[in-house]
Amino acid sequence: MSLNAKNRMLHRAAKEIAPGMIVNLGIGLPTRVANFLPKDFPVCLHSENGIAGIGPVAEDGAEDRNLIDAGGAYVTPVNGTSYFDSAVSFAIVRSGRLDLTMLGAFQVSAVGDLANWMIPGFFTPGAGGAIELAQKAHEVAVITTHTDKKGRPKIVQECSLPLTAKRCVSRIFTDLAVIDVTKEGLQLIEIAEGVTVEDIVKATDADLNLPVGEIPVF
Amino acid sequence: MAMIDKTTAMRDAIARIPDGASVMLGGFGVPGTPFCLIEELVRQGQKGLTIIKNDANETGMGVDWLLESGQVSKLVTSHIGLNPRAVKMMNAGEIEVEFAPQGILAERIRVAGAGVMGFVTDIGIGTDMAKGKVEVSVDGNVGLLEPALRADFALVHASKSDTFGNLVFSATARNFNPLIAMAADFTIAETETLLPAGEILPDEVHTPAPFVDQVVVMSSLPEVYGVVKR
Repeated sequence: MSLNAKNRMLHRAAKEIAPGMIVNLGIGLPTRVANFLPKDFPVCLHSENGIAGIGPVAEDGAEDRNLIDAGGAYVTPVNGTSYFDSAVSFAIVRSGRLDLTMLGAFQVSAVGDLANWMIPGFFTPGAGGAIELAQKAHEVAVITTHTDKKGRPKIVQECSLPLTAKRCVSRIFTDLAVIDVTKEGLQLIEIAEGVTVEDIVKATDADLNLPVGEIPVF
Repeated sequence: MAMIDKTTAMRDAIARIPDGASVMLGGFGVPGTPFCLIEELVRQGQKGLTIIKNDANETGMGVDWLLESGQVSKLVTSHIGLNPRAVKMMNAGEIEVEFAPQGILAERIRVAGAGVMGFVTDIGIGTDMAKGKVEVSVDGNVGLLEPALRADFALVHASKSDTFGNLVFSATARNFNPLIAMAADFTIAETETLLPAGEILPDEVHTPAPFVDQVVVMSSLPEVYGVVKR
């Protein structure tokens, strides 16, 4: 995936965040969505390790050794930030206070099942907070490359990997497309600049409903 | 009325831990990990420990010292992905690893500290995480029974403590510390700053002293507590 394609995907995903939302951005690519929000955008970013109200990443030399996000980045507080213990942090998650979480994925199925924490035999580090985020945020969006490093589709009819949570994903942002999970199945809603519908169908291992008429480009 | 002074020498506090003990450790990554207490535990060499901690730290830090010295028989945790040694020892069967979703681990510890036997949750239903767990019906909804998680000892890192053991944590160094402080039979807190009782305002206290058995004052702040350069 080119830098341009990645940035375009993150820029598009950032538009999913509405003013006033409480949002958890998963470790990795999802965290970087915050870089594409307008400065002073009114959003409360939550992290599992006990912070609501994450500001910009700290500048070199100005880090607070006690203030990180769940990915280990040294962050800064903003006006209105709060700190709390891990039980309170997941009370926020499980009681439905998160409007949106954006997570990475190994696989997403046609009904929105998510597998993102384990590849048996290869990658078994434990789920961290992913299960609760996927199961309890009001909206779960996935941000991922459309295919894995070997070119295999990540959007599949049924997940073959152990699930993080069932039927949780509502929207998928990839370097090629934006796809919604609907009751009628997967619906292509936008395509990336320079990409064709045929490219997307070929890179997707699930039934994909195509829009009627012109498809918006991001 | 006056409060007792719980300050104890590092060596004496850790010497209470026997072989085979279960030990909870605070910390999420570096912040809140009681590195000085762990270092003393490595120096004294208690064996066959069950370590309960959110994560396994990283190579060359905290839990990794205990793994390297072969003192750990079991790890109860939510994520060990940043510690290749922990993954390798798990795959080789050298340690047993029990995983829990992070908030479930926190809540199991919290309810133990609250004197409750367990709780019912829908987290993990329909996934492999539900395997082996007891299903319970509450008001017609099916959930999983999660038992409380206690330990023999809790090792806590505080930024401030008074001599009675009222603790204050700093920013995201709070994480699991206040939870484990409540959930162990014996809680030892290391503190960066020790104050006379009365110098921490009652409204400012994060962990009340009745949960804390001994307070160890750190003589310095070793480099391992500092900012990790990546």
